[in-house]
Amino acid sequence: MSLILSPLAALGATVLAALAAMGRVALYAFETVTHLFRPPFYGREFLSALVQIGWLSLPVVGLTALFTGGALALQIYSGGARFNAEEVVPSIVAIGMVRELGPVLGGLMVAARVASSIAAEIGTMKVTEQIDALTTLSTNPMKYLTLPRVLAATLAVPVLVAVGDAIGIMGGYIVGVTRLGFNEAAYLKNTVDFLELWDVTSGLIKGAVFGFIIATMGCYYGMNSGRGAQGVGRATKAAVVAASVLILAANYLLTEAFFTS
Amino acid sequence: MITLTDVHKAFGPKHVLQGVNLTIEKGTSMVIIGGSGTGKSVMLKSILGLVVPDSGTITVDGNNVQTGDRDAFLARFGMLFQGGALFDSLPVWQNVAFRLLRGALKRPKAEAREIAIEKLRRVGLKPETADLFPSELSGGMQKRVGLARAIAAEPEIIFFDEPTTGLDPIMAGVINELIREIVTEMGATAMTITHDMSSVRAIADNIAMLHDGVIKWSGPVAKLDTSGDPYLDQFIHGRAEGPIEAVR
Repeated sequence: MSLILSPLAALGATVLAALAAMGRVALYAFETVTHLFRPPFYGREFLSALVQIGWLSLPVVGLTALFTGGALALQIYSGGARFNAEEVVPSIVAIGMVRELGPVLGGLMVAARVASSIAAEIGTMKVTEQIDALTTLSTNPMKYLTLPRVLAATLAVPVLVAVGDAIGIMGGYIVGVTRLGFNEAAYLKNTVDFLELWDVTSGLIKGAVFGFIIATMGCYYGMNSGRGAQGVGRATKAAVVAASVLILAANYLLTEAFFTS
Repeated sequence: MITLTDVHKAFGPKHVLQGVNLTIEKGTSMVIIGGSGTGKSVMLKSILGLVVPDSGTITVDGNNVQTGDRDAFLARFGMLFQGGALFDSLPVWQNVAFRLLRGALKRPKAEAREIAIEKLRRVGLKPETADLFPSELSGGMQKRVGLARAIAAEPEIIFFDEPTTGLDPIMAGVINELIREIVTEMGATAMTITHDMSSVRAIADNIAMLHDGVIKWSGPVAKLDTSGDPYLDQFIHGRAEGPIEAVR
């Protein structure tokens, strides 16, 4: 009997632990949002987070988008050639970048760079008692550390996605014109004509959701970091993994909501 | 006056505080001693509300620490953390003036900087230190900056968590003198956790020894050597033999 019950008990315990963790993250995210409507606000921290998360992520997002756009153009050209449909390269590169690859790859790159950095920074602050020090100095860590970062990421990632979209399309354009023999004006006209406003908007909305996820995971795991270097290391790893998986899951759900009707 | 009544706190199966009763009179300096892992820091953090006790009550001037205006309550406290707990991203003067740059005690930036430099001078650091970052300071300097931050807003109650740990004997002596001076001059109530017996004698008006989750002995510093308490005697003389097990 115990041979049957033991695995079931272990499975049950794992599921319960996972559900409890999800509940804690949801409560943490909810509490963060409530602080948006309750002063005091720390503008300086917000601006600093905006620079760290937004401005300093531009190179990595830009380079990712540039190479992705170029590779996408090559793939679509190669695949389209099977159906004599090479001319779809500009339009498919554009739609692929703004609807999917721009937000998802941008989100994943920012998750790798920012969620890890936030979790490591806040985790280190926790193990060195800086979080306790903040509290004793009458400063709520949720307001001072979490809210500015979450707000900055939610606003900055859509902008990064927009820039990444443009650079990705440019990558496709460069490859299309220089390697695949497209006419410059025709490539641009096809890109512009085919794109709809909703294609771009949906990608930006995804970016905002991904930004929220990235900073929330970074802050949550940082605040709940274990002791010592190992604890901070685990928190950092968990933040990146959780943010990446949640981005992909949220991307599916948002795509389902936006484009299946 | 700070009063702890039958305070209990457990972390999982580990019962750290098992009925702590202690009173710290206003304007006096209380030193808490006890072996590592006996719950001294937990007790201190419970008073500040950083740790919530499982049962028992903690009051400051008759008000329960878990109720009422949290900001107003914390504004009465200053704390020196064991490792300094300075904010890496801020220069020294902004660490010291942290409370004066935001919240209810906010002052103009220039005034806050001036106060920070004055407090740095008070703990024996030159004005040039103000613009350095914590990572550019030695351990002793970080401790002194932490001390300057603890006293910057002239709190009524100051907590010192192992203020001399990791310092050389001369620097430890300097810090002890500073703490004694600050408590005497400011008339603050002080609570210090330390293992350093020279600190105990330099800082304390009263002493309490925490062991097995309860206060084993408390009394004035003058009675430290004549208490007749076997736990206290073993601790202050650093004997391996006695009622306190060396392996815990």
